[in-house]
Amino acid sequence: MPTWTSYVLLLAVLGLFGVHLAVPATRAWVWKVLAVLGVGGVVSGSYLALAVAPADHEMGDVYRIMFAHVPEVWMALLALCVNFGASVAFLFRKDLSLDALSEACAEVGLFFGTIGVLLGAIWGRPTWGVWWDWDPRLTTAAIMLVVYSGYLALRKFVDDPEKRATWSAVVGIIAASDLPILWFSVRWWRSLHQRQSGAGKMDPTIWSILMWNTAALMALTIVFAYQRYRIAQATRAREVALPSALPPDSGDVPSEAA
Amino acid sequence: MIDASAERGIAFRPQPIGLFHSAAIVFWKDLLIEWRTRARLNALIFFAVATLLLFSFALGPDTALLRQNAAGYLWLGILFASVLSLGESFRVETENSSMDGLKLAPVDARAVFLGKAVGNGPMLFALSFVLLPILVALYDVSIAGGLAALVGVLALGCAAITAPGTIYAAIASNARARDVLLPLLLFPLLVPALLASVKASALVLQGDPMHQLGSWLGLLAGFNLIYWGLGFTLFPRVVED
Amino acid sequence: MMQTEPKALALDIRDVSKRYGPRWALARLSYSLPLGTSLLLTGHNGSGKSTLLRIIATSSSPTAGGLSVLGLDAREQREDVRRQTALLSHSSFLYEDLTAEQNLLLLARLLGAAHARDIVSGLLTKVGLATRADHAVRTFSAGMRKRLAIARVLLKQPRLVLLDEPFGELDPAGIAAMEKIIGEMQDKGTTVILATHLIEQGRALTQRRLHLREGRAVAA
Repeated sequence: MPTWTSYVLLLAVLGLFGVHLAVPATRAWVWKVLAVLGVGGVVSGSYLALAVAPADHEMGDVYRIMFAHVPEVWMALLALCVNFGASVAFLFRKDLSLDALSEACAEVGLFFGTIGVLLGAIWGRPTWGVWWDWDPRLTTAAIMLVVYSGYLALRKFVDDPEKRATWSAVVGIIAASDLPILWFSVRWWRSLHQRQSGAGKMDPTIWSILMWNTAALMALTIVFAYQRYRIAQATRAREVALPSALPPDSGDVPSEAA
Repeated sequence: MIDASAERGIAFRPQPIGLFHSAAIVFWKDLLIEWRTRARLNALIFFAVATLLLFSFALGPDTALLRQNAAGYLWLGILFASVLSLGESFRVETENSSMDGLKLAPVDARAVFLGKAVGNGPMLFALSFVLLPILVALYDVSIAGGLAALVGVLALGCAAITAPGTIYAAIASNARARDVLLPLLLFPLLVPALLASVKASALVLQGDPMHQLGSWLGLLAGFNLIYWGLGFTLFPRVVED
Repeated sequence: MMQTEPKALALDIRDVSKRYGPRWALARLSYSLPLGTSLLLTGHNGSGKSTLLRIIATSSSPTAGGLSVLGLDAREQREDVRRQTALLSHSSFLYEDLTAEQNLLLLARLLGAAHARDIVSGLLTKVGLATRADHAVRTFSAGMRKRLAIARVLLKQPRLVLLDEPFGELDPAGIAAMEKIIGEMQDKGTTVILATHLIEQGRALTQRRLHLREGRAVAA
């Protein structure tokens, strides 16, 4: 399978997302196309991963779980990066739709992250012989899930929408800043491990299938995050009084000498 | 209610005081409250001691194992106690909206952060000192050799807990289910600081043949810089409406 | 509304709205008050009186609109507004575990007072708490807390004082004393904004009245 096909899918997904953002009139249907692309991509990607990709000379068929595991984790990180960006932006412009975006991205990130960590544990069982190893990546990912579960719990425990938005943004920023520290400290703590695999030493077929799956999951991430964002926006519209409820003009001030 | 003869002497000209001066006043106020409610402080110490005792019951009387893990138990004891003391430190502020009173005094919110975070630090630090003899007695570790290094580790570790702890306690104190929320937010965040503190303490307690202590202390100092910087910058956003 | 120089205004509220979740506590309220003119704020529970006082004190910021307090912008010059105003709120702002004296000393030191102890003991005598100076606020009755809270206000020597239900929880003697304190502050040139349900007492102390209903200014 040539690598360019994967890049075409990736570009198509990103392009559609760009159209979706730039032309509001297309928002009614573009996400549906993305959803179809995503589901189709994941189905075909699974076939490619299971049937087309060559078996690894060391790990055999077991490594194929990587085609699902790696993109899931990438998408989780992507969503959490957007959460961080939206949190910072919220503190500058107190716009509740940025808060809605943070909430949507945190949930989608937590969802993909959980699947990614579970797949990693399943992969670890035959590879390392244990479900769990205190590998920096696994450890960091697991603690990241707990951190963002706490973040979402905080959202449940604060009633006032404005306060909730501010505090969540603060916690989101601190949580995101903690992740690199966490990664670093766990690495020092363990100080032994397999290096991260990059495109350089990877078989081109394997790389292109990985990219194919990444593009498909990217489409799904966008769809999930966008739908969750719409729900979050609708929730805010219900729990927050809208400016339309205000009188049109303040008018004269009735004041009376006491 | 009014005694006109007392009128003299009330008038003075209020003037702005600096950030660190107001932080010092907030710090002093917190220490005064701690002193006046020292029964609560004693309860906190007994809680931490009980935690250390419980670890030894949970693992059985295997002295070698206990000695090996002593540093971990010490820091878990400190961490559990820190949640209680941080929560208490902000319960005091929410009781009569005293935090609003400070804000309107006016005190810069960053001074409140410094005052409270620095105030919680010595509290934990003192607590950890009370725990050290217990550690020696229960887990048979020797601290005499590296007392100076241990003091450094404890100081840096406690500081790394109180900076994020202060900002999260401020948030949790205004939320529902605050007692659950604070540890839920704080514990996972503190994993890096906990790892570094435990590792550094273990090196002090069990010897440091590879001379790694310095780098762990450096790491801990780096974490402190990040946590204190973030807390100082973000705290005003938490308390200002 | 008569036109006045912005400097001479104690209060200039421009189209202020405040949202608490699904409710507008203040809805596009505009009002201005000349310096030295005291204002009576009336309205039912939940009409927005306390919200308005909190916004003027800069304890809370408006969702939309802006305001100047004593000629200072409430957003840009918040520290200066806070320095020159004092709020007597439903919450006493007192630390329960500290004594009456320690509570006042804390504020006096934050205000940079040189002889904090003398000032505080004078104030405690003034509000009739001299004999209880060394008792923790936790042991105080509601009326005594109110006295201590008003002592906090007096300590700040504000140019603008915001009183939210100052007569609540006071006995008739206490109410009379509070009226006297308010009168004395006015004599010294302090502008008073007073929110109360005791309209008779309120009218006697103020020159203007603003009646709020559902966060809007209406004719009483």
